[in-house]
Amino acid sequence: MSFAVPFEHAMMLAGILFFIGLAGVMVRRDSIFILLSLEVMLNAAGFALVVAGAQWREVDGQIMFLFILAVAASEVSIGLALVLWLYHWHKTIDIDKASSMRG
Amino acid sequence: MSTAFYIAGAVAIISTLLAITRINAVHALLYLLVSLLSVALIFLFLGAPFVAAFEVIIYGGAIMVLFAFVIMMLGLGHKAMAQERGWLTLTVWLGPALLTAVLIIELLYVVYSGPFPMIRVVPTTPREVAARLFGPYLLGVELVSVVLLLGLVGAFHLAYQLGKKERERKRGLHQ
Repeated sequence: MSFAVPFEHAMMLAGILFFIGLAGVMVRRDSIFILLSLEVMLNAAGFALVVAGAQWREVDGQIMFLFILAVAASEVSIGLALVLWLYHWHKTIDIDKASSMRG
Repeated sequence: MSTAFYIAGAVAIISTLLAITRINAVHALLYLLVSLLSVALIFLFLGAPFVAAFEVIIYGGAIMVLFAFVIMMLGLGHKAMAQERGWLTLTVWLGPALLTAVLIIELLYVVYSGPFPMIRVVPTTPREVAARLFGPYLLGVELVSVVLLLGLVGAFHLAYQLGKKERERKRGLHQ
């Protein structure tokens, strides 16, 4: 299969996706949307690793992506459990209410 | 074939942008799913079918279903949408959006100025990935299992405490 794509274009796509996620984290106040944006950022970081792995023809990038996948999965399970706690205490998922959490 | 990469990339950017600007959480989730699927497609183009499958199964399957469960459990619906409409005002999103746009432009400038060759795609098989994963990276696999265990214990602890509080409240109501 002959297929070639400029390395910088693939890296740019990863960067753009990462910064869209960053903007989402900063703009939203709903904690579910903040977790979604964090997923976008982690996915973009993994994408950059896979692109780098394809550039230098090594499978190490793909292995790093698998590690990031595991971190993202455990992060989102704890994060969503915390969202349920937040809703239980404050009856809202406004992240600003979490600033009054103690312990 | 290279055009397919640009089309998938455009779909990824547009659907991610739509995902972070939606009012309704379920719509955002579905747009994010489209974005993840297009990234999986790009992984296939880059000759990484193993990782593409993982992207669909874990990200598009497991993590998105977890989000869907929590959204359904909270069941906020119209109340949350009205709240979001009040929060997403121009003054709120203009500052972060401008700052992020500056960062994106800087990043694009830096990446574009480097002399990089084209990626010549050599497809890799799952066998190669697994051989490397369980060879030099064995310690990493063990560490990942610890991370997953910590996630499990943390989620269980939080859910258990929540259930205990709920049971105590119900017992108080009965007496």
